[in-house]
Amino acid sequence: MNTKIHSKPDFSITFPVDQVGIEDRVARFNTRSIKKDSKKFALKLALSMVDLTTLEGMDSPGKVRQLCYKAMHPHESLADIPSVAAVCVYPSFVAVAKEALRGSGVKVASVATAFPSGHATLKAKIDEVTYVVNEGADEIDMVISRGAFFRGDYNFVFDEIAAIKEACGSAHLKVILETGELQTLDNVRKASDIAMYAGADFIKTSTGKIVPAATQPVTQVMLEAIRDFYFKTGIMIGMKPAGGIREAKKALNYLVMVKETLGSDWLNPDMFRFGASTLANDLLMQIVKMETGNYQSADYFSND
Amino acid sequence: MADRIDVQKTYKIYIGGEFVRTESGRYYPVTEPKSGKLIANLCLSSRKDFRNAVVAARKAQPGWAGRSAYNRSQILYRIAEMMEGRRDQFVAELKRSGYSAAKASKEIDTSIDRMVYFAGWCDKYQQIYSTVNPVAGSYFNFSVPEPTGVISVVAPEDQPLAGLVSVVAPVIAGGNTCVVLCSEKSPLTAVTFSEVLHSSDVPGGVINLLTGQETELVEHFSSHMDVNAVIYARSHKDNLKRIQENASLNVKRVVVRNEKDWTDAKHENPYTILDTLEIKTTWHPIGV
Repeated sequence: MNTKIHSKPDFSITFPVDQVGIEDRVARFNTRSIKKDSKKFALKLALSMVDLTTLEGMDSPGKVRQLCYKAMHPHESLADIPSVAAVCVYPSFVAVAKEALRGSGVKVASVATAFPSGHATLKAKIDEVTYVVNEGADEIDMVISRGAFFRGDYNFVFDEIAAIKEACGSAHLKVILETGELQTLDNVRKASDIAMYAGADFIKTSTGKIVPAATQPVTQVMLEAIRDFYFKTGIMIGMKPAGGIREAKKALNYLVMVKETLGSDWLNPDMFRFGASTLANDLLMQIVKMETGNYQSADYFSND
Repeated sequence: MADRIDVQKTYKIYIGGEFVRTESGRYYPVTEPKSGKLIANLCLSSRKDFRNAVVAARKAQPGWAGRSAYNRSQILYRIAEMMEGRRDQFVAELKRSGYSAAKASKEIDTSIDRMVYFAGWCDKYQQIYSTVNPVAGSYFNFSVPEPTGVISVVAPEDQPLAGLVSVVAPVIAGGNTCVVLCSEKSPLTAVTFSEVLHSSDVPGGVINLLTGQETELVEHFSSHMDVNAVIYARSHKDNLKRIQENASLNVKRVVVRNEKDWTDAKHENPYTILDTLEIKTTWHPIGV
């Protein structure tokens, strides 16, 4: 648990990120070849890291229950398939999800703090977080105030995250930077640092409501921020790219990035997550392909 | 002045509306049958090329099926128009593959005419194959044809263009998309046909054309779970057996079209469209 406050750096000083270098590094990760048993292991690992997510206006208790069932039993016709890490829903469905997932070990994550825009008063945000914590959420996905961030009001962003962290109690806090709105990798790095020093347990790229969502360069910058933070403080912060990762192959590329930037200690669902809804099915299709030898069709995988 | 250096054409495969080389990096030589002279190195397509083509075909399928029948008809006719413009090139390529001038001309003319023929059927087969069914109940019961989906096609080895058009035109006329294995020995016209498709308003992914070896690829053509039917237009018994066995995995329809002469007028036949259609029956309550 990240409770000890470390001397916080001066956030008005920008940590320069070498964009060309990052893109080159990412391109190299994508050339790694993972085959056979390693691939099967990686696909299952990736599946166990998925936060199955439904964040739509038309969500209903029935849909959330359906998603929870899928989270616990991703593909019943095959033995030895792990359940996913968590189900991510809106605050009003936390109780439904909690009930549906009871005893399964699958966690309930809820977005909060006026997701996805973050435009609300601090009091409203804290009330929302308190509400979802009381409903039983294990993890809170908050959004940072991009408005304040762009005004240069970094202390406001920092204090807000710290206040939310306090309201979370024992629940894990994931801080969504919404990197699609941050414009530059320098800003991504800065927002990552602010979030980590303010007490985030996880940093997360995106809400999934903005294009581009998670990209590899952005994730790489955040992973490096986590690495530097770890070297400074000894605290391990988790990472969650969310949105836009739909293919199993892409997911494996992300695992390579994590392994080669942070090491194997981060290669587990406690330290790394995929925020995705369609990725799970593609992972399953690839796993079944490896088991049976035949390319699979989406027709034979539950669509929820 | 020195002789001009020939500009040789690179014959590539056609996946998702793009001309790509095989991901495997493998090639096989295609030669003139009489002189043995090398014509070109063609892509020896792999399992993964096929996989990519199926993904493209699946992606294109709803959009293609969702177009109005009339529009599909226009596009098929447009293919014929573009083929007409390339007539001489097609004939020359067939001649290089060892066909006599007379045979080559006849085959190309037939191919173009056949495309026009199926263009005409695009908005007409529905009326022929739909039915209103009398039932003993207060229902309005009717059946309508729907596309089968993604079709893998092993196109004929001989008469490479007329054969290809005769098996592929009915498939796309019916709103399906397809992945086609072209003639191995005489693939030139098929690759040129993909260039025709590229300039004929055919959406990318509706027809995907691969070159390569039948024996290597039939396994994948028939075992892929996202393929809904296989059309086999060749005569290897062992390969057909493998196709039929693999097709049982997801109950693919297997259509065998082993014909001697693809220029025969009997292939102008709307029942070939029915081969890749599913009939959907609706029970609509009435009088309640």
